[in-house]
Amino acid sequence: MDIHEYQAKKILSDFGVKIPTGGIVYSPENAENKAREIGGSKWVVKAQVHSGARGKAGGIIICNSPLEVADATDKLLGKKLITNQTGPEGKIINRIYIEEATDIKHELYLGLVFDRSSESIMVVASTEGGMSVEEISKEKPETIIRSKIEVAVGIQQFQAREIAFGLGIESKLISRAANTIIGCYKAFSELDATMVEVNPLVVSHQDEILALDCKMSFDNNAMFRRDEIAELRDKTQENLNEVYASDRGMNYVSLDGNIGNIINGAGLAMASMDMIKLAGGEPANFLDVGGGATPEKIVKAFKLISMDTKVKVILVNIFAGINRCDWVAEGIVQALSKIEIKHPLVIRLAGTNVEKGNVILKKSNINYIEALTLEDAANKAVKALG
Amino acid sequence: MSIIIHKNTKILVQGFTGKIGSFHAEEMIKYGSNVVGGVTPGKGGMSHLNLPVFNTVKEAVDQTGASTSILFVPPAFAADSAMEAADAGIKTCVAITDGIPSHDMVKIKRYMRRYPKDKKMGLVGPNCAGIISPGKSMLGIMPGHIYKEGKIGIVSRSGTLGYEAAQQLKDLEIGVSTSVGIGGDPINGSSFRDIIEKFENDDETIAVLMIGEIGGPQEVEAGQFAKENMSKPVIAYIAGLTAPKGRVMGHAGAIVSAYGESAIEKVELLKECGVTISKNPSVMGETVKKVLVENKLN
Repeated sequence: MDIHEYQAKKILSDFGVKIPTGGIVYSPENAENKAREIGGSKWVVKAQVHSGARGKAGGIIICNSPLEVADATDKLLGKKLITNQTGPEGKIINRIYIEEATDIKHELYLGLVFDRSSESIMVVASTEGGMSVEEISKEKPETIIRSKIEVAVGIQQFQAREIAFGLGIESKLISRAANTIIGCYKAFSELDATMVEVNPLVVSHQDEILALDCKMSFDNNAMFRRDEIAELRDKTQENLNEVYASDRGMNYVSLDGNIGNIINGAGLAMASMDMIKLAGGEPANFLDVGGGATPEKIVKAFKLISMDTKVKVILVNIFAGINRCDWVAEGIVQALSKIEIKHPLVIRLAGTNVEKGNVILKKSNINYIEALTLEDAANKAVKALG
Repeated sequence: MSIIIHKNTKILVQGFTGKIGSFHAEEMIKYGSNVVGGVTPGKGGMSHLNLPVFNTVKEAVDQTGASTSILFVPPAFAADSAMEAADAGIKTCVAITDGIPSHDMVKIKRYMRRYPKDKKMGLVGPNCAGIISPGKSMLGIMPGHIYKEGKIGIVSRSGTLGYEAAQQLKDLEIGVSTSVGIGGDPINGSSFRDIIEKFENDDETIAVLMIGEIGGPQEVEAGQFAKENMSKPVIAYIAGLTAPKGRVMGHAGAIVSAYGESAIEKVELLKECGVTISKNPSVMGETVKKVLVENKLN
């Protein structure tokens, strides 16, 4: 789960990381007042959307008066920001963060992730702040510092100091920088985060170490014990169908193609998408209804796919294990008695009791194209596009 | 021989009396697995499915001599149960549970390091289908009848894609020595490399089918291991050719976040390691057959 910049900054500041003074606003009038309240002579108006690269997309505006702050807020609120990470549909701007402008001396990069190889928490830092980590590893790989943290004991002062020295920070600021790194680590490890990225982390002309922009992601599997994080979720930043699916326990990712998929199991779902592509088509979605594929789940899945206006053909591919094809087939028949599907429907059943399942489908009055293998299913789905 | 589980392997079910635990314990018993009892804290002394229930894993191990356990405990308590199994002397624990937080997985793995190698538990999963040595024992939630007894080792992150492979092999009259589901989570108990090493050392297995997907370094690490250490051929399929970057595709671990983690990159890196690639999921069985013929193993 992703959260907004201002939410991530609030969390980090609770862990002792310094951030510029700022506040969240929902209207231009509110913004003007907030700017006066913050004080100073220069402000940054920042669109709060779940995406990086907001600056390049026009989502960050520097202002020299409270009136300019109000204008900039007016310009951004309610618009969709399209960045190179949001896709062409963009993301709606419902909240604006107003911040005092920072007098930047150096821009640095600081990130924390799970390292899947060493199964530890990895701190990644670079002197090249402001660029994405991908850009840094491509263009300035020699500047990257990596430090693996043993999770059983957590980050040690010396490790944080080593990173700070590696970033070329002046001696008098080393302990401040080290505490910033330790604060980020603690936020990561104590709140079930999967990613903390401060980019840029800046050294100001006033010798402060500040988190200027920040992103945090959290482990969806840990939300049962993180109510305070779960409530930061902003569904307006997510695809509507994806929200519908996740609220009903299904794994769904919206894609650009026109062949809708209903599949059990994440691996089989990815494999089916691959087969569609090889057959010359494009999947409209990834959908894993779960290993169980109960009739109720199948009904919800059909409902979800029928909400997607891009879909022109629906492909159902179920490999029934314990739950038997005859049962899955009954689920499909039940679903189609409740939801009207106008598009061609290709069904491939495999596994336990496949013959019985196919008999149930044939005896019903549903209109579908039967497929035998994965390949057959993908070919028939593409053909059905016409 | 098969790997990890054999005809007489004594199995405990953790989370035995729950709905899911009961259902799958019965399926395993029907298949012929040697389930000797289960653990549900607070229900010790009861009998369930005509087998004894224990309060603690330690007690269960003492009284039954079980070496292996399967975990159906809900995510919030699963880490605790896995560590309890490790402490009680269980040699292999298969965690079926889906949804264990990554931070808990890291904790379990650190915890297991306190035991010397000969006493250390092997964890398989979580979020996996389990293990089956066809005709001998089933320690998982797969449909046992789709696996034919034979000589191919299967290791897969995905459950259903592993079933797909077993079915394709069976249709070609090719059998399986053992099939291991390592699960779809970003941090898991056993890696592809851990399992293919066991297949290399198994007399019965003649070739290995590895079914991977986008995300993480494990497929390529296994490929490098195969290149340097394996005499048996390895065939691989990697799912997620069309998966967009930066999105989680169902499995918590199926996300491309770094170089080498996309399906195309993994396929290229595996080819360099001498692994034969099944170019699509429909020909996993055929590709295995072709490799067997080429290596005169059929």
